[in-house]
Amino acid sequence: MTERDRGNRYVIPALVLLSFVTIYPVFYVFYLSLQRRLLIFDISRFAGFGNYLFLLSDERFWNALKNTAYFTSLSVSLELLLGLLIALLLNRPFRFRGGIRAVVLIPWAIPTVVSAKMWEWIYNTDFGVLNYLIGSKINWLGSPFWAMNAAVFMDVWKTTPFVAILLMAGLQVIPQDLYQAARVDGAGSWFVFRRITLPLLRPVILVVLIFRTLDAFRVFDAVYVLTGGGPANTTETLSIYAYKVLFQTLQFGYGSTLSVVVFLCTGAISVFYIKLLSRGMRQRDRNVPPIDRGDIPVPPAREIQVKQ
Amino acid sequence: MKRAFFYLLLISLVLWCSGPLLWQLITSLKPDAELTRIPPLLPENPTSIHYSAIFAEHPFLRIILNSAVVASATTALSLLIGSFAAFGLAKLRIRYKAMILGFVLSVSMFPPIATVSPLYMIIRTLGLRDTWWALIMTYTTFSLPLSIWILTNFFREISDEIYSAAKVDGCTPFQAFYKIILPLSAPGFFTTAILVFIFSWNEFLFALTFTSTPASRTIPVGIALFPGLHEVPWGDIAAASIVVTIPLVLLVFVFQRRIIEGLTAGAVKG
Repeated sequence: MTERDRGNRYVIPALVLLSFVTIYPVFYVFYLSLQRRLLIFDISRFAGFGNYLFLLSDERFWNALKNTAYFTSLSVSLELLLGLLIALLLNRPFRFRGGIRAVVLIPWAIPTVVSAKMWEWIYNTDFGVLNYLIGSKINWLGSPFWAMNAAVFMDVWKTTPFVAILLMAGLQVIPQDLYQAARVDGAGSWFVFRRITLPLLRPVILVVLIFRTLDAFRVFDAVYVLTGGGPANTTETLSIYAYKVLFQTLQFGYGSTLSVVVFLCTGAISVFYIKLLSRGMRQRDRNVPPIDRGDIPVPPAREIQVKQ
Repeated sequence: MKRAFFYLLLISLVLWCSGPLLWQLITSLKPDAELTRIPPLLPENPTSIHYSAIFAEHPFLRIILNSAVVASATTALSLLIGSFAAFGLAKLRIRYKAMILGFVLSVSMFPPIATVSPLYMIIRTLGLRDTWWALIMTYTTFSLPLSIWILTNFFREISDEIYSAAKVDGCTPFQAFYKIILPLSAPGFFTTAILVFIFSWNEFLFALTFTSTPASRTIPVGIALFPGLHEVPWGDIAAASIVVTIPLVLLVFVFQRRIIEGLTAGAVKG
């Protein structure tokens, strides 16, 4: 290869843009979070860790953190469960498979805002189709108990297709002869699922979990448009609280502090999952067979590895 | 029997996925009087009044235009810059390759809320508030990790021999890029373009923050802030939702295979 083959110059435009629009702002937001800054009064002074100290005693922050954790854990686990079922269903051969997969992609493709408006109308107490269908008069978005669960339900509808599509692709990489070998040995379908499908799907499941957990943790538009954070802040997530402090009360210092916390939490979540992922790979590389039956061949690790 | 159960499951899946959108379509066809009573489920006197209302009474066409311009420009820029980077990463000798890939990947995990306040200040300083450019710049950057990732995967699949042959014939790396690599990976470009377009068409947080008037407001903001005088205009909102969702539903039906390929690139392939 010659000197001309150096690829770095091709990467420069992308790196410049990424640095200017993502890295620089991240440093800037840390700096802002140490300031007391009110945009309307042009007040701006250094506050050290004052904002962070205030955060610790801010009950609305703890409430938002609790809401975010609840939303994330419930929606991600439901999506994984339902997504796995749909993936197994769609992975069988049947007619019109392409058409049905396209229908499954619809919720994923719809703008989140449109989906939130759609569900707001479905959840309507008096004229909503949901109350009509189940014959109730529940004020879904107005009651502190139901509102958050209604938001989770909407998110499950919207993003399960994404989960299902990824898992389906994972299912397709599992070598068919594994299943045949198991069938020859007379293994039942539950056994095959537990001992072949699940272990071999593990890396893909982890990737799905990374994507979904990060996305759910920073949820903004879905809940903001559906409930606005109400009633009585019971659906206010961290991103919504940060947005309100930033752009409704124009406290750029404290709002940035909240943004930094979201950033740090997201970072911690990614590190946690990436550790889990690489541990799984190391195990596989040491050639610990995913199945403890010696007569079923173990696929080489490379075929199912996940890119990092 | 087992077969019947399987098809029953499939039908419920289709209903579950399309039901809410169908309900929105039904709502958009009902006159106002029918919106405030249920049953009946289906409209008794179907009307197109909500569709004419959104175009006559709101700057809805302008908002659609904004979204179309922003999403198309973002797609073009993201593909241009992304394909350069992907070419460098996939086919050329490059320093700090692992570091660059790791950096690109970690940027894709950044929560938008963490950058929205500084970006707002930057955009205000640059005088770009309420312009298309504020959104195009932001979307292009946030879609770059996706573009680079998918395109790098596609470029890698083109055999190095073809690339070397082009060089033996006297092509510079750049000529080899646009004469050989580009035409061969057209499907990859297509897949990336669809995903980036959908992302820019649907984005809400930045659009809400950086725009303030219909001059640059995009569809999601327009629908979220739908003006209503006394009560929520459910019929108009439903009509607007249907209008902006139709292009996406068409995309999904025509390019289902490509979209799935793009979504799963890198996540599953080894």
